[in-house]
Amino acid sequence: MSEWGELGMATRTITFREAICEALREEMLRDERVLILGENICDGPHGYGGAFQVTKGLVGDFSDRLLDTPICEQTIVGASAGAAMTGLRPVVELMYEDFITLAMEPLVNVAAKKHYMTGGQYRVPMVVRAACGATGSGPAHSQTWTSWFMHVPGLRVAFPSTPYDAKGLLKTAIRDDNPVVFLEQKKLYDVKGEVPAQEYLVPLGRARVLCPGEDVTVVAIGYMAHLASQVAAGLRERGLSIEVLDPRTLAPLDLDAMVQSVRKTHKAIVVAEDCRTAGPTAEIAAAIGEGAFEYLDAPIVRVGAKDSIIAHNPGMAEYVIPGAAEIEEAVQRVIDWG
Amino acid sequence: MQLDEKLMLQMYRDMVLARTFDKRVEQLHARGLVPGSVFSGIGEEATFVGACRAVSHEDYMVSSHRGYAQDLTKGLDSKLLLAELLGKATGCCGGRAGQYARADASSNNLGVHQVLGDGFSVAVGAALAQKRLNTGRMVLAFFGDGTSNHGTFHESMNLSALWLLPVVWVCDNNLYAMSTRFDKASAVENVADRACAYNMPGVVVDGNDVMAVYQTVSEARQRAVAGKGPSLIECKTYRHRGHSGFDKRRYRPQEEIDAWLKRDPIVRFESVLGERGILDDKLVGEIAGAARECVDEAEEFALSSPAPPPEACLELIYCPSGVN
Repeated sequence: MSEWGELGMATRTITFREAICEALREEMLRDERVLILGENICDGPHGYGGAFQVTKGLVGDFSDRLLDTPICEQTIVGASAGAAMTGLRPVVELMYEDFITLAMEPLVNVAAKKHYMTGGQYRVPMVVRAACGATGSGPAHSQTWTSWFMHVPGLRVAFPSTPYDAKGLLKTAIRDDNPVVFLEQKKLYDVKGEVPAQEYLVPLGRARVLCPGEDVTVVAIGYMAHLASQVAAGLRERGLSIEVLDPRTLAPLDLDAMVQSVRKTHKAIVVAEDCRTAGPTAEIAAAIGEGAFEYLDAPIVRVGAKDSIIAHNPGMAEYVIPGAAEIEEAVQRVIDWG
Repeated sequence: MQLDEKLMLQMYRDMVLARTFDKRVEQLHARGLVPGSVFSGIGEEATFVGACRAVSHEDYMVSSHRGYAQDLTKGLDSKLLLAELLGKATGCCGGRAGQYARADASSNNLGVHQVLGDGFSVAVGAALAQKRLNTGRMVLAFFGDGTSNHGTFHESMNLSALWLLPVVWVCDNNLYAMSTRFDKASAVENVADRACAYNMPGVVVDGNDVMAVYQTVSEARQRAVAGKGPSLIECKTYRHRGHSGFDKRRYRPQEEIDAWLKRDPIVRFESVLGERGILDDKLVGEIAGAARECVDEAEEFALSSPAPPPEACLELIYCPSGVN
């Protein structure tokens, strides 16, 4: 029985993709101010349903609230900020997170700043959903950037790893009055998981223990949380007890949960698909170091993509991205420390 | 064109107030009382006042950095504006925004965007919201000739026309983007010439003729709220001062400056109103006196206002995170 079943909630098994679509549908039905903008997102006879088919099936009474836009990421995001300031609650779909470079300007200098700069006169309730991660699509359709957004005061950043969290976090993000960057790792779209039949929300800023353990804390983001769980299952057979913690949101970051875990295990590694240098793992490792230094029995090890570019050649591309072997190796390093 | 006398006098008052305010800001800046720089709008009052008076209080405005005529005419209290420029807690944005990002929700002013070009997309979004929520309101969006060369200009012109959004684009072409002449920066002579590429009306208007600006923007507003889409209006004007308070103004020929000073929009409007018997020397004196008094009061308020405590920088970064 699943944990939701144990709680007496009826559940269904759906994909990550379907979970996001359900969140969009429910929030559009709940609040007519919710509007979705993006490239090729409309479904129906002349529609595409989104590059990754996330908005497929969003047809019916509210389908006029899906707007197919021209290719103009900067204006889609900037216009969403303007619309959010004046009565709507837009959700943007960026086909690839890589395109967010074009939209960084309105995201960072308009959406994130407006509430602060105007002394609270204007709010910017908007969500930018962006598909990230390497799936063999070339250098600028494969990247994962998380720390850029963590670095911008005024933005919230969500990065779910399960269908349950994807749905619950997206619903919360849409209802939040702040701009939220919502990262969806493409490798997760087909991942299945239990999702309650009834409505629920997942709060921003609360990490989740994916599997409890005693010997090493592995903080892992997105798809890396799945890899870490697999590694933990394998190591359990060798008598090692690994606690896998999924931050779920990077801003706010649930530092308390990480520090609590490290106080128990005394060892930590941090895993993300972003490039290792100045990635989210760097911030998390430093924060754990500050918050739990006296409890640590080994240096915190970061696992991330090698500081390179994702090549067309599949072998090269795969070599850059961290895998289960790198996670296991890092766990072994902190165990062997002493 | 027939405009009622009351409106004409109101626009004259607005222009005089804006110039008086602008000059006071220059003085305060010279005295070191305005943090950062200032961007004088002196010489461009007809464009800003004429456009702002052509829209309603409920309409939204995306303002540009130059001068204060937009803010004041749209309805921002001069005291709150000056306090904001001085970085005071009593300013319209609590002293956080100053020249660079000032906005005023009470007059539906969505604000200045310090990175040029951001205002285009914000205006598109605000117009989209008005259209979808069926509010009957439109968006007046100001930008300069320099900003018209930004890539966002294309994206936003296209989207606003494609979706028939209720927005009026008003370009104050004062010929210079800082020191760069428009003909050194644009392949076409007029910003408005580009409108045909977006299937929207493009109009060049004398930006130093407040009545012409008013009439042109009024017609464009009617078109916008009737669901017929945006218009691109280019107001040819000139800034009498430099780009900013630090500008030495070495890049403009003296003959050019002299020629434009002769076309001062306030002096021109005074003679129009005088010929029509609406304005005489006595009333000119009264209006100037009232503007001075208003700006004196604003100065007194701003100078005597407290600065925000430095730790206020940690407030309002996020909205209260209540779920809506």
